Amino acid sequence: MSFLTLVIALVFVAIPLVLSKTLNLGLERDTIVATVRSIVQLLAVGYLLQFVFDSESILYIVLMIVLMIGAATENARKKGSSIPGITWKLIVTFLFVQVLTQAILLSLNIIPATAQYIIPISGMVIGNSMVLGILFLNRFTAEVASRHDETELILSLGGTPKQAVHRPLVTSIKASIIPTIEAQKTIGLVQLPGMMSGQIIAGADPVQAVMFQLLILFLLLTTAVITSIMLGYFSYPTLFNNRMQFIKKQHNRGA
Amino acid sequence: MVGSGLNAKGSDSMKEDEAAIQFHEVNFATKELTILKSITGSFVRGGITTLVGPSGAGKSTLFRLCNGLLSASSGGIWIDGIAIDDYEPVQLRREIGIVLQSATMIAGTVRDNLELPRALQGESLTDNEAEEYIKVVGLGKEFLTRNSHDLSGGQKQRVSIARTLVNRPKILLLDEITSSLDRVSTQEIEELIVHINQHYKTTVIWITHHLDQALQIGTYTWVMMDGKLVESGPSNLLRNPENEDVRRFVKGEVE
Repeated sequence: MSFLTLVIALVFVAIPLVLSKTLNLGLERDTIVATVRSIVQLLAVGYLLQFVFDSESILYIVLMIVLMIGAATENARKKGSSIPGITWKLIVTFLFVQVLTQAILLSLNIIPATAQYIIPISGMVIGNSMVLGILFLNRFTAEVASRHDETELILSLGGTPKQAVHRPLVTSIKASIIPTIEAQKTIGLVQLPGMMSGQIIAGADPVQAVMFQLLILFLLLTTAVITSIMLGYFSYPTLFNNRMQFIKKQHNRGA
Repeated sequence: MVGSGLNAKGSDSMKEDEAAIQFHEVNFATKELTILKSITGSFVRGGITTLVGPSGAGKSTLFRLCNGLLSASSGGIWIDGIAIDDYEPVQLRREIGIVLQSATMIAGTVRDNLELPRALQGESLTDNEAEEYIKVVGLGKEFLTRNSHDLSGGQKQRVSIARTLVNRPKILLLDEITSSLDRVSTQEIEELIVHINQHYKTTVIWITHHLDQALQIGTYTWVMMDGKLVESGPSNLLRNPENEDVRRFVKGEVE
């Protein structure tokens, strides 16, 4: 694909702009900003990847992964701001998921140890781990708040913090993993996964593209399970103090 | 906590060995407000003490301090002469049973709820024990297989009391357990608590909004207002209070 073709493809940006203007939808400014940002960001990443691939330096690969983990942490930590120390909990989780999946992929020779494979797969793993982390944290903080009475009941009867948050924890872990499993059940029936479509358009053998897509899907199952379980077990102890007292929302239950 | 010994416990007229729970200059404050102010006094061992006062007086917070769900900001609390912080939280909460106003049920049958305190210790409840506990609170054994969410308010409150009794607490804290019940259920629960107090020699502390209940059931009464203990003594004090604020409260002039 040439730059000229890409410029011609801007007609797909022009259509919504014209419609927005005609119908007074007021979306012109946002559409232009989104278009410019996506062009700048993706081209920058493209050139960056090209540089890293050409350099064949392990240092640049590591640097790229560090950047990805940093960006994922920054995005997810806002959702868990009520949990003390959430930043390092997210960093450790993303790092562990990344190291584990790459260790398996590389040690079993599933993928070659080159930047061309490691970086895109890391991006998908860390990106999905981030989404899972956000889903988990959203659900967990909501579950803990809505089941406050049950948590207090179990503590009052002599239960430990782990017993007191068992139900919110398990519910949140399950709830954050289910979309990944459900999405895999219908994959290929309605729409083709983006990565696979991209490979096919770029000229790859469709069966090869499918096999890589399956590899990614399997990876994402591990990513989903490990991300939510690790975040769950890192997060729940911070809701209690050393006297096994629930720290959050403990003062506003009548007086 | 300040006041590390029995000698520091102020000038309460009761003999120390008669006190189930003693408070000395207990304060409790959150970032926003002070809930308990310099509480000094005792709950008599083996008796029924009723705790009355307007909403927001700090009664429920005092209970949560006794059960270890909260810790005092300053001051000392002794349970059977032992400083509260010397108890392991789990042991403290099993010995000082609390029945909360909400009568929260965990999902499952009545039997599951009765078994909860044991299950938290990794133990189970025998069928005979389950039948015994449900009988104590005036319900038939056919209730054991009922879904806890299908119970009426009064039935939930009875199951909640039975569940707390499974831990065989020395002290029973009852937080407005009859406030949402009809006259007949209230009377039955009152008889039940008097029976438990006399039969098991359990010390009972009962928060109630009903002054006639405080008079009728209580041997002793504490009147709390605005976070302070304003009067305490034999329940008859409610008939002719010395304190002007208490007099207004008894007359129903304070909400």
